[in-house]
Parts: sequence; C-alpha cells; structure tokens
Amino acid sequence: MPGWMMVWPENPALSVLFLLITLILFLYGARAPAHRGIQSTARALNQGCKLIAEAIRGVQERLAARNREVLLSEGLEDAERQIEQEFQRISAAVDRDLGGYPALHRRLADQVARIDEDYRKVTDSPPAPDSWTQTLNAAGELVEKAGTQPAAAKAVDALRTAIEQAHDDAMETYRESSRERHDLLAKMVPAWRAMSSTLTRVENSVGNIFERSRRIDELMDEYREISAKSDVAERKLTSSTLSQFVIASFVLVVASLGGFINFQLIALPMSEMVGATSRLGSMQTSDVAALVIILIEITMGLFLMESLRITRLFPVIGRLDARARRRMAWATLSILVILAGIESSLAYMRDMLAADRVALTQQLAGAAVQRPEFMWIPAVGQMVMGFILPFALTFVAIPLESFIHSSRIVLGQVTVGLLRALAFGVDMLGFAADHAGKALKNVYDVVVFLPLKIEELVLQARADRAEAVSTKRSTSTA
Amino acid sequence: MNRPNVVKACLALGTALLLGACSPVPPGTGVFLLIDTSGTYAGELDRARSVINYLLGTLDPGDSFGVARIDGGSFSEKDILVRVTFDERPSVANDEKRLFLEKVGAFTDTVRSAAHTDITGGVLQAVEWLNEVGPGRKTVLIFSDMEEDLPEGFVRDFPMELEGVRVIALNVTKLRPDNVDPRTYAMRLDRWRERIESGGGRFAVINDLERLDVALDL
Repeated sequence: MPGWMMVWPENPALSVLFLLITLILFLYGARAPAHRGIQSTARALNQGCKLIAEAIRGVQERLAARNREVLLSEGLEDAERQIEQEFQRISAAVDRDLGGYPALHRRLADQVARIDEDYRKVTDSPPAPDSWTQTLNAAGELVEKAGTQPAAAKAVDALRTAIEQAHDDAMETYRESSRERHDLLAKMVPAWRAMSSTLTRVENSVGNIFERSRRIDELMDEYREISAKSDVAERKLTSSTLSQFVIASFVLVVASLGGFINFQLIALPMSEMVGATSRLGSMQTSDVAALVIILIEITMGLFLMESLRITRLFPVIGRLDARARRRMAWATLSILVILAGIESSLAYMRDMLAADRVALTQQLAGAAVQRPEFMWIPAVGQMVMGFILPFALTFVAIPLESFIHSSRIVLGQVTVGLLRALAFGVDMLGFAADHAGKALKNVYDVVVFLPLKIEELVLQARADRAEAVSTKRSTSTA
Repeated sequence: MNRPNVVKACLALGTALLLGACSPVPPGTGVFLLIDTSGTYAGELDRARSVINYLLGTLDPGDSFGVARIDGGSFSEKDILVRVTFDERPSVANDEKRLFLEKVGAFTDTVRSAAHTDITGGVLQAVEWLNEVGPGRKTVLIFSDMEEDLPEGFVRDFPMELEGVRVIALNVTKLRPDNVDPRTYAMRLDRWRERIESGGGRFAVINDLERLDVALDL
C-alpha cells in the first residue's frame, strides 16, 4: 500500500482498517446509484446484443431466402434440362424406331395379304361324293341283269369302267391339290414368323417410348413440386446438392492429382524449350510454361464439353447454332490432339534427359556408362501417359460444373449456419451481461453487508416501536 | 462483369504476365575453385578432382563454374584452366560438363609442382570473374594449405573487395610447423578469416569433404 494512503504510518493495521471502513461506508452510501449504474449498463449490453442478434438473424433470413431461390431455380433448370433430354431421347427413338412406320405398315399389309391369299388357296376341296359309289353299284347291278344281252352288258360295263376311271382321276386330282395346299401352308410359316418379329419390334419400340413417358411423368411431378416451392422439394434438392458437392470435390481432387502427374511429366523437358534459368516470380519459367499447357488443355476440354452440350458453363457457347458448335468441337478436339502429341514428345524427351543425367552422374563418379535393359518400357509408358492425360483432363469440366453449381448453394448454407451460430452467440452474450449485472449487484451487497444489516436492524426496531405505539394508542382509545 | 468476360480478362492478364515477366535473370550460382599446385600439396590433386566432379554433378544449367591453379603468380589469365557458364538447356549443359571434365582431367594428368603460392592473386582473379559473370551467389573455393609464399617483389598485402563473396578453404592440410606448434595453424586460418571478412566476404573452412554438400548449400 502506498505511503500516502497511510493515515497512521506508524500503525499500518489501523490505517488499513480505517480505509476499509471508509470504503465500506462510501460504498454503502453510493449503493443505490451504483445499483442503478450496474443495472442500466447490463440492460444496455443485453439490449445491444439483442439488437445485433436480431440484425444478424435478418441477414441470415435474407440469405436463406436467397439460397432457397437459387436452389429452387437451379432445381427447376435442372429438371427442365432433364425433361428436354428425355424428349430428345423420345424423339430420337421415334425417328429411329417409328420413323419407318409407314414402310413397316406396308410390309405388314403385304404379309397379311399374302397370308390371306395363301389361306384362300388352301381351302379344302371336298372328296368325291357318295353318288360315285351309288352310280358304280347301280352300273354293277345293271351288268349282272344284262347278262343275257351282251351288247347292253358291254355298254354298261364300259360306262362303269369310265366312271371308275373318272373317280380315280378325281381322287388323284384331290390328292394333288392337297399336296399343293400343304406346300402353301409350309410357305406361310416364314411369313408368319416375319410378321411376329415385326410386331415384336413394334412392341419394343412402343414399350421403350412408354417407359420414357413414365420417366417424363416423374420428372414433371418433380418439376411441379419445385415450381410449387414445397419444403419436400427443397429438402430433396439440398440433399442432392450436398451429395453433388462431395462427389465433385472428390473427383476434382483426383483430377488435380492427375494434373500434378501431368505437370511432372512435362516440367523438366520444358526447360529444354524455354530454358532452365529464367524465372517468373518465384517459379521457373519452364514450370510456368508446363502449367500453362495443362491449363490450356483443361480450357480446351471445357470448350469441347460445352460444344457437345455436356456442360453448360458458358451460355454464349450454348446459344451457338448446332453447326457452329460442331465446328468449335472439332477445333478444340484438334487442339487437344496437338497438345497431347506435344506432351507425348515432351514425356519422351524427359526420359532422354533423365538417361543423359544418369550417364553424366556415372561418368562423374568414374563408373562405366551403361544404359539399363528394358529402359524403353518406362519411356513408352511416359509417352502413352503424356498422350492420354490431356484427354482425361478434358472430363474435369463435368465435375467442375457440378462443383461450381453446388458450391454456391453449400457455401450459402454454411454461411447461414455460421450467421445463426453468431446470432446465438451474441444472444448468449447479452444474456450473460444481464446476469452478470445481477450478480455484480449481489457481490456489491456482500461487500457492504455490515451496514446493510445494521440498517435492517434499525428499520426493524423502528417498525417494532411504531407498531408498539400504535397498539398502545388503539388500546387507550378502546 | 459476366463470366465469359472474366475468363477473357484472366487469359489476357496471364498472357501479359508471361510476355512481360520472362526476361532472364542472372544465373543462380557462381563457383570458382582455386587449386594449389605448390610443393607437397600437388599430391592432393585427386581429391580436388573429386570436388570438381561433385560440383559438376550439383550445379544447374545457367550456373557458372571456373577452375584455376595457384602458383607463383596466380593473378593471371593463363592460370585459369577452364571457366564456363552452363547453357540454359539441360542437355547442352550436360555436354558442357563432360567437356569441362575432360579439360580438368588433362590438367591433373600433366600438372607440375609450382615453386610459390600466390593465394591472394588467385582469389582476386576468381572474384573478378565472378563479378563479371554476376551470379546470384558467389563462392570461391580454395583447395590449399593456405600458406602463402609469394615470389620476391609481389605485392599482395592490401585490402580485398569481397562484398557478397563466400570464401571456403577446403582440405587445409597441416604443415610440419603446425605439428610443432598447432597455434600456427589456427593463426594462419585466423589471418585469412580477418582478411576476407574485412573485405566484406564470409570465410569458412571445410576439411571433411564428406560434408561438402551441407557446407556449400548449392
């Protein structure tokens, strides 16, 4: 304790006690304004925190609403795209399977006509009627009866023989026609089979279209749900977006590793082209050049995917007519092939440089320079990798599109979550300030508990005395 | 700005950066090795050759490397055996290293012992060449016992300008007087340290050539 605070420097304990009592008395005297000060400060802090939390919640709600709009809008766009694709597929199926329907119909009609004609031809001719038998029997009886008249008998017999001959001829004709009918029926079998096959094809095509129609119905239901901005649709879209984000991130990480390997393949030989000494900032120019080549490949891949309408990152490309897009696709593919060729040759050069480096090291070490056997295997492997990797990187466009679209939503959701947590934190701070004010008031009272107790006793005594006086007065009045 | 314009702007900026910032900068490292050929030290040439081999394997394209001998009057062009700034292209640089190795081999096979040791002249010659080439890091390696023995009339007791130069004494062998009084050896090295550091350079001694890579930090 500083010396100037000592009232009785020769007696510090007494000085401290005096100061303590003075302080307590001061605090007791200032109790009411101090309580008011503490209370108002705590309340101001609490109110301030509530206002801040309210403002944060407002921002969070606006952001959540905006996120919802974006989510539903992207969901709608996606559903429209899928419906459009399904219609395109149906159109292609109709063109492919049912475009030749008139010809198919004509073929079917021909087949039916042929079968009908053949069928009519195979109509069975009735066998010889019983009258033939009766006529022959009657002729036989006449021959027996005309036994005494040889001329008559001969005539009847000749007649009978003629009739029998005619009967045999008729039977032979009947057998012949039956054979022809069987032949015709045998010929009808392939026609039936052809017709059955044609009808099966028609059934498959129609079934395929029905299946696609059902898928379109499902998509339309989904579209209606999204259009109605239902909570179910929002939940579905959010979940789907999160899955897309995770999958796209994973694929992009894998693609980045592929890009890194590609970079390692061409960075060293690039120093043969642009030199190994010049630098761009902290990086070697050869490294930058290799990186630029890889980035150009990825860019060409993006344009190729856009031209093929697999991705839709660039609306300008999407708006081009089919012919221009086809030209662009060929142009980007040609550039990619050229770049792949360059990379392949660079990869081969890398192998040569590495071999030269090894040879020099062996020479410097005083060892005999020798080229290991089967060194062509890694050389060929590097060349193949150098050629394939640019095309593999082309497909980065697909996960990149998913990532860009989904990251916007995911980032929004994360921000909303953070804002919610922040608002809660600020609320808690206000709550803590309020309770800290109450606690501080109690602590204050603990410090001045002695004067407070005395005050309480005095007030109690005063009240008792007043009560005694009033009791006495009422007794005397009575 | 819409998305296609952003892409165009990025491409334009990248191209401008590439075109504008590709100017060649000075090569990274310059090393000059001085080989003492005087007296008994001439017998250490095989070790000097292994140091040269190590340096040739370590230096990159664009780096500069020179080798000169220390004899009675080392501040002379005729004492420089070979000096080269390696080509930017790794394959050409490798060919240059092979040629370098051949020249050094021819020297070590035919070298004759020198009567005097002009280390200061060699250092001046090395620093002059390094300053002329202008590498980012300048290192002078002195493969010697660091005992200077000048011919009569040679003046070398003046301050040297060694700003930004690292001088490393390699394989500093002990002489007979050092064995008699080891303080002689320490005093000799201290004298060199003082001379180098007073000229603005840095001085180090490496006797264990196995840790040359760590000490050189190329």
